[in-house]
Amino acid sequence: MSIFSYLLPKKQRSAAVAKERLQIIVARERSTRGGPDYLPQLQEELLAVVRKYVPVDPDAVNVQVDRDSGCEILELNITLPENHPS
Amino acid sequence: MTKIVVVTSGKGGVGKTTTSAALATGLALRGFRTTVIDFDVGLRNLDLIMGCERRVVYDLVNVINGDANIRQALIKDKRVDNLFILPASQTRDKDALTQEGVERVLNALRDDMAMDYIICDSPAGIEKGALMAAYYADEAVVVTNPEVSSVRDSDRMLGILASKTRRAEQGGGDIPARLLLTRYSPERVTRGEMLSVDDVREILAIDLLGVIPESQAVLNASNAGSPVILDTESDAGQAYLDAVARFLGDEVPHRFLTAGRKGLLGRLFGGQ
Repeated sequence: MSIFSYLLPKKQRSAAVAKERLQIIVARERSTRGGPDYLPQLQEELLAVVRKYVPVDPDAVNVQVDRDSGCEILELNITLPENHPS
Repeated sequence: MTKIVVVTSGKGGVGKTTTSAALATGLALRGFRTTVIDFDVGLRNLDLIMGCERRVVYDLVNVINGDANIRQALIKDKRVDNLFILPASQTRDKDALTQEGVERVLNALRDDMAMDYIICDSPAGIEKGALMAAYYADEAVVVTNPEVSSVRDSDRMLGILASKTRRAEQGGGDIPARLLLTRYSPERVTRGEMLSVDDVREILAIDLLGVIPESQAVLNASNAGSPVILDTESDAGQAYLDAVARFLGDEVPHRFLTAGRKGLLGRLFGGQ
């Protein structure tokens, strides 16, 4: 690192960008891991139905399958936008 | 007891074969009877890295099909005692590898050839060859470059290892998996241009087996057909020796993680 580079305006280091992007995508991919193969499509179709009525983000629907003492629970979370008139 | 180790990554070109060759050679140097198997059916390459390409007569698929027995197919290394190579077939038949066939080969290496270690050099991708290489493994070495696509693919591969091995299918849980970070450039990490070893560890959340610095010695070694671990003068060779020692349970501090120091003038005016 040269003394001159301290004087120049600093753009964000590319490694920091890489780390942040990776953390987000890896967390997302892990959340669907190990679930049934139909989960991504289920999530997409649910999103399409919800969007017919409420304008939600693609990230607003979260589908998860949990196994709890021999019984499987399909968990569905939809975050509605705050300013939505109900 | 025979240990089966898969060297895997998901992404291609990150150093699986270089690592398989180095790890197998390093274990043999420590006195363990070791076989390294090339699972990249269709794209045989381990033989070139090990420098035995002209001695290949039979291959993995020949043994699976019963055209040859394991003794005929194994190539004994000429430099290192206790080291054997089982090359991949060059057939384009994707179904040549069967789970049952792979199990027979591994059993023969364990029972008839009394191997201590079997290193399975996985092909890239997450298709059949990669799944077969991992299925019977007792532990995994995940080779990763400090680069976004490699890290993501490694995480994907860790997910597959957690569910698609024999041990996982039998309810025995995950096999232990350790990270080998290759092509590491401490200078670029210092400049903020490359993910650091701590970044990659944090994202993948697995133990670190070693860090191999980006090194000219690796290409020189593959040019010559001699595993880079035999180049004990080189940084990469030494880093692999350290990784093998750690693999065997030795406590070895990590080296080659920091850039060489520049003089005052270099730091003031060097730019980089």
